[in-house]
Amino acid sequence: MSGGAGTPVSEQAGLPRVGEHGALSAGKAVAFSPKALARFEKLLTRYPTKQAALLPTLWIAQGEFGWISREAVDYVAGLLGLSPAFVWGVTTFYTMYNRAPVGKHLIQFCTSISCHLAGAEEVFAECRKILGDLKPGETSADGRFTVIEVECLAQCDKAPAVMVNDDDFAIITKDNLQKFLGGLR
Amino acid sequence: MSEMWPAGYVPVLLARISRPDSPAIDGYLADGGYASWKKVLAGIATGEWTPSKVTDLVKASGLRGRGGAGFPCGLKWTFVPPKEKRGNKPVYLLCNADESEPGTFKDRVLIEKDPHQILEGMMLASFALGVRHAYLYIRGEMVHGAEVLNAAVDEAYAKGLLGKNVQGSGLDLDLTIHRGGGAYICGEETALIESLEGKRGHPRIKPPFPAVSGVWASPTVVNNVETLCCVKHILDRGPDWFRTYGRNEKNTGPKLFCISGHVERPGVYEAPMGIPFLELLALAGGVKGGRKLKAVIPGGSSAPMLTAEEVQSMPLDFDGVAAAKSMLGSAAIIVMDETTDIPKAVANISKFYAHESCGQCTPCREGTPWLNKMLKRVVNGQGKRQDLDLLVQVASQMGNGMTICVFSDAAIAPVLSGIAKFRPEFEACLAKAASPDFALTAPSDGTEKVAGRMAEGIHS
Repeated sequence: MSGGAGTPVSEQAGLPRVGEHGALSAGKAVAFSPKALARFEKLLTRYPTKQAALLPTLWIAQGEFGWISREAVDYVAGLLGLSPAFVWGVTTFYTMYNRAPVGKHLIQFCTSISCHLAGAEEVFAECRKILGDLKPGETSADGRFTVIEVECLAQCDKAPAVMVNDDDFAIITKDNLQKFLGGLR
Repeated sequence: MSEMWPAGYVPVLLARISRPDSPAIDGYLADGGYASWKKVLAGIATGEWTPSKVTDLVKASGLRGRGGAGFPCGLKWTFVPPKEKRGNKPVYLLCNADESEPGTFKDRVLIEKDPHQILEGMMLASFALGVRHAYLYIRGEMVHGAEVLNAAVDEAYAKGLLGKNVQGSGLDLDLTIHRGGGAYICGEETALIESLEGKRGHPRIKPPFPAVSGVWASPTVVNNVETLCCVKHILDRGPDWFRTYGRNEKNTGPKLFCISGHVERPGVYEAPMGIPFLELLALAGGVKGGRKLKAVIPGGSSAPMLTAEEVQSMPLDFDGVAAAKSMLGSAAIIVMDETTDIPKAVANISKFYAHESCGQCTPCREGTPWLNKMLKRVVNGQGKRQDLDLLVQVASQMGNGMTICVFSDAAIAPVLSGIAKFRPEFEACLAKAASPDFALTAPSDGTEKVAGRMAEGIHS
C-alpha cells in the first residue's frame, strides 16, 4: 500500500530507506534506560513466549528513542531473541511505530467517513498550509510539527477528530484550527 | 447534557459513566460491582457454581456477540474442547478492544468510563471457560484507555480479585492489557491472535477455529468488550431479565449504538435491542440542521449503505438490519443528510480499505487500491463511462470467499451498495468528466470487453 492516510511518516515524507532491513539509521547505538529495562523484564512475565512481548517492547523503544531506528530494531531483536528482519517486518505492518524522527507535536488527522462528513480533509489541508505548506509526514523546519493523516480514531462523535502524540482532541474545524495549533506551541 | 437513552429507560451498560471518578474500583464496589464475581468464587467449593452453570446462563440469555458478527456468545464458548480432548493445553480468553471500524466508538466509552465492568465480565467468562490468563487487546490509538485499564487491573490485583487463589477460592487468574500498534485488521479475531503473538496481523485460514487452536496453538475464545460487559449483567440479574430487552428471542439485551455523521447530537446511546432507527435518530436530535435524510450506514463502514426509504421502519437489531439487506455490525450508525456527496463518501471509505488491507490475499491487496483509484478518478471528473461497470466487475471478484477473511467483503459492500442505490450521482460525476473516453459507448456485457477496459485502466 503506497501513500495515503496513516502511511508511516518516513514514507509520506519520501525519505529513503537504508540498511539491510530497510530501517533508517539513528547514527548511534541505542539501549534502554534502567527504568525501561525494568518495564521490559516485567512484560516478559506476562506472556508464555518472548515473541509476544514484541509490540509492547516496540512501544517502550518508541518511548525511549522517539522512533524506531535501525539500531532500535537491532536492539529489540537482541532483547527478544528474534531476527532484526522479523522485528522490522512487524514494525512496518503497524502504522503507529514511527520509522523516522517526528516533530515535537505529531498531529494525526482522522479523515475516515464520519470525520470526512464533517470536512476533515479541508481542515487537514488547511493545517498543513498554516504550518508552512508541509507535505503529509513532513516535519516543520523548526522541528515542532509533523502532520499526518490517519484512519478512524474511534472518536466519530467528536468529528473532525485529531490526536496529538498520545492525546485526543475533539471537533477541530477550520474555525478553531489556529487556536488549536496555538495551544500546542 | 441530554440523556443518552430513551425517556423512562434505565441504562445498564452506561449506568455508571457519568459518576464522578467512575473508573475507580471503590466506586464500582460501592455500586455493587464484583458481587457476581465474588458470588461465583464463593460457590466453587460448595459446588453451587460450576463453569457450565455460567455458560448455561449466558446461553439462556440469548446474548449475541456485540463485535459485529452477532454470533451467539454462549454457543461460541461451548466450542472449546473439553479437558479430556485438549489435554494439558491452557484455554485463553481474549477481549477484543481493537475498536477500529469507522463509525464505532462504543467500546471506548466503556473502557475509559467503566473499565471494571469489562474486567468483571472477563473474570466471569474466564471461570466459565477454565481460563488462567486472560488478555485484553486494545488498539494502539487508545493510549488513555490503555492507561485506565492498566490502572483498573492493578486495583483488581490489589483487592485480591485477580492473582493466585482469588478470594481463597483456589482459583488462579491473571489478566494482562496488551496494546496494539495501529492496524484495523487486528480486530479480525485470528489477526488479533497473530498480533498478540508478536507477529504481523495476518488473519489465519480457518479451520482450525480459535476455539480449537487459537493463540499459542491453544483453545481461545475472542469476545468483544460490550459482549463481556453483558456477561457481567447476565450474572448479576439473570437471563430472564436480559431477555426482557429486545423484539424477539433472537435479538436480546440492552445495546449500545454509536451515532455519528449528520445528526444534531452524535454520541453513544443505550437502548433496548431492536429500537426503531427513527427513534434512535430522534434521540440524537434528528438530522443536522433539520435537513432531509439521504443515506444511512447502519453497522460501521463495512455494512451496505441504505437509503432513507429503506430505514423508515427498520428495527435496529441483528435480524432487523439483515432484513433490510445490510448488517447491524458494530451498531455504528453513520447518518448522511441530503447535502452528502455519495460518490465522495464511497471514495473516502474505499481509501480506508485500500490502506488497511493486510496484503495477504491478491483479490484484496490488489482490488482495494483499484477500487479507490477508480472511485477517485470518478469523483475528480476524470472518470470514464465504463468505470461504474468496471467497479462492480472488480468488486464482484473480491468477495464471497475469495480471500482468507471477510475484510474484502467489507471493502466491497459500500462500493456495490453505493453504486446500486445512488447510481445517478455517480453518472453525474461522469457526465462532468472532460475525458474523450466519455464518448465511447459502454460495453453491453461480456467479460472480455470489461477485461480489456480493465487492462487499459491499469496503465492509465
